Parts: sequence; C-alpha cells; structure tokens
Amino acid sequence: MAKKKKINLTIDDTPISVDEGTTIMRAAEKLGIDIPRLCYHPELSLAGSCRVCIVDVKGMGYFMTACSVAVWEGMEVQTNSPEIRQARRDIVELLLDNHPQDCQTCERDGRCELQNLAYSMGVRTRLFEGRRKEFPIEATSHSVVRNPEKCILCGRCVRVCAEIQGVYNLSQHGRGFNTVVGPAHLGNMDDSVCIQCGQCINACPTAALLEKPSTDAVWRALADPELHVVVQTAPSIRAAIGEGFDMPPGTPATGRMITALRRLGFDAVFDTNFGADLTIVEEAHEFLTRLKEGPLPMITSCSPGWISFMERFYPELIPHASTCRSPMSMLSVLSKTYYAEKLGLDASKIFTVAVMPCVAKKYEAARPEHADVLERPYTDAVLTTRELIWMIKCYGISLATLPEGEFDAPLGLSSGAGDIFGSTGGVMEATLRAASKLITGKPGYRVEFTEVRAVEGLRELYVAVGPQNIHVGVANGLQNAKTLLDKVVRGEEEFHVIEVMACPGGCIGGGGQPYPPPGVEILDPDLLRKRAEALYAIDHDKKLRESYDNPAISELYDTYLDEPGSAKAHKLLHTHYAPKLPRGIR
Amino acid sequence: MSTTPDVHQQVEAQSREILGEDIVAYIEQCHADPEPSGKLIAVLHRVQAKFGYLAPAHLDAVSQLLRVPAAKVSGVASFYHFFRLTPRGRHVINLCLGTACYVKGADQIAQKLRDELGITFGETSPDGMFSLEATRCLGTCGLAPVMIVDADVHAEVTPDQVPLILERYIREARKERA
Repeated sequence: MAKKKKINLTIDDTPISVDEGTTIMRAAEKLGIDIPRLCYHPELSLAGSCRVCIVDVKGMGYFMTACSVAVWEGMEVQTNSPEIRQARRDIVELLLDNHPQDCQTCERDGRCELQNLAYSMGVRTRLFEGRRKEFPIEATSHSVVRNPEKCILCGRCVRVCAEIQGVYNLSQHGRGFNTVVGPAHLGNMDDSVCIQCGQCINACPTAALLEKPSTDAVWRALADPELHVVVQTAPSIRAAIGEGFDMPPGTPATGRMITALRRLGFDAVFDTNFGADLTIVEEAHEFLTRLKEGPLPMITSCSPGWISFMERFYPELIPHASTCRSPMSMLSVLSKTYYAEKLGLDASKIFTVAVMPCVAKKYEAARPEHADVLERPYTDAVLTTRELIWMIKCYGISLATLPEGEFDAPLGLSSGAGDIFGSTGGVMEATLRAASKLITGKPGYRVEFTEVRAVEGLRELYVAVGPQNIHVGVANGLQNAKTLLDKVVRGEEEFHVIEVMACPGGCIGGGGQPYPPPGVEILDPDLLRKRAEALYAIDHDKKLRESYDNPAISELYDTYLDEPGSAKAHKLLHTHYAPKLPRGIR
Repeated sequence: MSTTPDVHQQVEAQSREILGEDIVAYIEQCHADPEPSGKLIAVLHRVQAKFGYLAPAHLDAVSQLLRVPAAKVSGVASFYHFFRLTPRGRHVINLCLGTACYVKGADQIAQKLRDELGITFGETSPDGMFSLEATRCLGTCGLAPVMIVDADVHAEVTPDQVPLILERYIREARKERA
C-alpha cells in the first residue's frame, strides 16, 4: 500500500504531522486534546449537525467543525479561546432551550451526554427559555420507547439503524423546529420494520430512546409470597454488569452477581448458559439431520433481533433458521415444566425473570410462539443489564464487596461452551465443539476454534472437523450479516452453518448493555473486545468445556426429554417462524 | 433455495396496483439508473401529480418498488414544502404573508382564517372544503393584504370579510350539489 502523504499543521500552537485525510478532531486526539462532540460517532458516517466541536482555523473567518474538516498543509488550529468556549456554550444552551427540565427524574440522569456536555461547557443558568417541543411518548413496541421531546436531532440513532444494522427504520421527518425522528410516517414502532435490537437506545445521547421498563413487574413478583420467582442471567451479563459499579470493562462478576440476585429475593438463580448448552445439543442434532436431508445452511436462531430481521427482510431464509428456541426461552420453558415437576410446584405460581443484554428479548418473551397452551408466556419478565444494575443499586447492594455465589441446580450448571454464547462466534465455536465430538466420536477432539471469533464483524472460512470440511459464516451487526445472507440467497456460496448476531460484537454489544463510561463510545471495538475476553477467560478456566459433558444436561435427557431431537424435546424446545409485515427493504 | 413466501410477494403486487401502470413503468425506468434511489424525488413528483397528494400507502408502494426504505421515503416527503401528505380541499386558500401584506394586517387575516376553518396552514378542513396555505410575496403589494382562493384574487381583505368570502364558496358548492 502506498504510504499516505503527511500533512503538517499546528493545533494550539503545537506542531503535528498526520496522514492526509485526517480530520481536525482525530489530529487533536493525537495531542491529547479532546474536542467536545455530540453528533459525532467514530463508527458512523459524519453528520456535522450539532456544531459542538467547532474550532478556530486561522484565516477562515468562521468556526469550523473539527469532526468533518480534513487537515491541510500549514493549517493553524485553535481549539480553545474565550470566543470558541462562548460559542460552544451558546450552541449547547440553544440545544437545552427546548429540552425538558426534568434531569432529576430522567432515566439518563448522570449518564446523559447532553447533561455532561452542559456541565463541561460551563452552562450554569438557562438563559434562553424557548418554545418546548410537545410530543407524546410512543411505547407501542415491546422493547423500544420513543420520547421525541428529549430528542436533540443528532441523528445517531438514524445512522446506527441504517449503517450498522441495515434496517433503516428511523428517519428525520418534517423540518426545522418541527423535525421529529421516527419510523416511516411517524407511525408506531410496533407497526414498523424495527427489529427491536435497541442499538438506537445505546446510540442516543439523551433519553429520547429507552428500553421499555420491566422493573416494576419484577419488584411486584419478588414481593408476592405466592410466587416462586426464578431468574436466569445471559452469558454476557457477567462480563458487563461490573461496569455499572465502576469496575473496568472486562471484569467478570459472575459470583457477585449471583449473590446480588439472591439478596434481591429471587428464589432460584439459574444460568442461561444451561439453556445455551441445551441449545447446542439440540442444534448439533438438528445440524447432523440437515447435513443429510437439508436445507443447508443452518442459521442460528438465538438472536431475537436477527429473527425479526429475517422475518421482515429475508423471509426466504426462514427454512434455514434453526428451529431451536433461544437459550433464554428453553430455560424458561424448563423452569415451568421440568423444574416445576421436579419440585412439585404449580407452574402458574412460577414467575420467570430473564436478565438479558438485549431489549429484543422483551419482544421474544412476548411472542406467541413462546407461550404455553393457555397463552401464558414462558418468560414473564425480561430485564436488561442496565435495569438489573439499577435494581441492585436501588436495593442498596454494593456489588463490588459481595461474596461469590453459585448458580442453583439443576438449571444453573453449564459448560464453557455456554459462556462464549455471549460473544460473536461463540455459538459457532460451541457448535463446532459439539459437532467435532459427534462427527469424530472422540470427546475433546478439538475444543478451541479461535478462527471463528469474528471480532471484525464478518468471517467466512472452512473448518476441518475429522473427515468433514465445514464451511462456516459468522456475522455480527446486521449490515455485515446482509453481505453473507445475500451470497446465500443468490446461491453464490454454499455454507453449512451461519451464525448471525444482530448486535455488533454479539450479545456483549447488545442494546441492553451498560452505557459506556464517559470517554468511551458504544461500539468501541476495544470495549467489546474486553467484554469478550472476560467470557473466553471464564470458558478457558472451566473444567467443563463441552455442552455434551454437562451432567445436568445428561440428567435432563435421561429423566425427562429422552434424547436430543425426541418428540418431547421438539414440543418443548423448538419453534417455527413466519414472514412478517411490513416488509423491509434490504 | 426456497421461494419468497407469498405474503412478501403480495406486497409487491399491491404496490403496483396502488401506483398504477404509468408510475410503475417510470420506476422500472429508474432502475436502469446507477443509483435508482436518487430518483426518489422525481418519483414522488409524479405520484403527487397523479393523486394530488402523497398518502402513506403511496409512499409505502414507492418504497417497495423503488427499493428505498420506507422511513427515508416518508422523511423526504415530509421535508419538502412542495409535497402534500393530506388530500387537498375543494378550494385552496393562499394567504400572502409577504412583508407588505404582513404590515397591512395579514396576521389578523391568518388568525381569522384559522378560527373560521379550525385548521392551520398546511391543513385541510375536516369537511374537505378548504385547504389553507401561506405564500410569500405575490408581487401585488398594492392590493395588500392579498388572499387567493383557487384563481380568484381577493384584495385589501379585512378580518370581517373573511367569513363572507368563505361563505361564497360554500354556497357555490351547495348549489352545485343541488
């Protein structure tokens, strides 16, 4: 590759040489100068709409936006002067002038980028009181709540939805003061092509987009002496929950999280990992059947955002989706059947709570496919990682100092294959572990498949498993998935298995994960890598690495389900999907 | 490869039906362009010329056939003043809000129109009789304040005259119906 031309400039009188095409903002970062910003996001296209990042470029006569202007030879930039600070403060004050004054009661209080920016710009009084935007809160979706009154029109949600997820459900409507961000025709989210992944919530700097809360329902259940309340936690929660308690990203907190859940009053603390192990056993069985009978490729079905995407954007791939329920739904089903029978409990008195890194799981829980014959949902409430962090804080529990707890039997025992479900490539690796045992007949034939860990978003490769050469595809972020899926649809590539995770990085980057600390952006590859490493470390240190070796799974089959793929397993653990409207444009 | 499930194929057939052969033919022509989505505004112009306004069903059909996300189509349609998202009334009132008319009291005419019709600018009365629009200078400042209904110019309008002017069009409509 040709070496890029170097450009010499000065920023705040300090000379620096950077590659041609570098923006002022990027160049300043190299000097440790953090220019304030709002609409800018390193993983998204440039908008240049908020004007917060303005700097003074000598000779220009007007302030320029540091995020969008590339440096030139001999450029002289000032990032600070009384005039620039005043201008930036004016801009932020104008953003505030029609913003609700309800910080204390706002969900984002303390973690709001607009609030933090107003503080750092030195806004101490509100000079302008402009006309307020008046819009109703739109809460038709099971997962995402829109509050356009809090929207500052930075457009990050629009861009993440279009560019990272390829869904393009959101757009700015109208113009000027009356501009509103919303789905087509400013209709309901529930009637839109929204796949409920929640990346818009993560991208929002304020509280204009939030998850639909479930904490009240969980508090009520916990206080009800009639109910036996069981909770399960997804693999990726343990790798991220610590961030809510000022631990550095990538701090595993499994044991402390379990203790916190017990203190909150849950009667049993189960591990979604068990559901993941069970998914692997069922999915490996399904895969071997498909190898003989088709259709191939088999596409994983754990990610509810992906399932929604498939139903609206790629309905012709529905026959390819694994019929296995997700680990969450499998575990909820077993809580109200197997576990209930084992303990002699009435299933209607069991309240199942799932802690997920995901807001689409709230939607999955409400899907009629995942309800019993009396139309009662198997999963009664889904909390995001953020909601659980809040509940723990609300209860006055200091997570960092808690002793380590252990998951409850029988639905709390898991192998390392379950842990890595939380990261992109994890389901694939767990599947390959199981498949290599089934195909070669040798336990522990091969445990680690590091080549399928698709940290860059997309991976296609062949993996040799005994005599079989398996063609696998792994994608996270639906824009990446489109690249793979289009090849399948056009018949260009013949894959055996494809893993699709809706969210960038997999579940660890889910729409319900903690807001990153100040200075760290969502989708930051480094943040996602640290969370993933925590999961791979847990897997590495576990004695049990393969789903088939989980004795609790063996017991489940021996005493309850007969064998993988049995009629009973199908009835309880499998489901089917159907095309949905509105039809998405891919 | 299995075929596309029916429900999604039906959407395409319905979209063709909604827009009609002429528009569908134009959209197909757009697909020859290296970037068909760049033709969105041109397509919307034709749809509005044909139907008088852009209903959500029209926009969805354009989205499906031009293959541009529906949110983008409705975002664009709602941005431009030229595009109407509601049907136009039988009579279109254009009130000049240019400087001269404004100085001569167009704001009071505007208020009177809003009160009488129960709608604001850009809207159509519930009975479908009037659409209310604001325009900038019409170049007839000597007649300020000016209000144009369809092709009739009403000069030096006072708030008191507004109900009388409206009544004339309502009466005409009644007569036609009788």
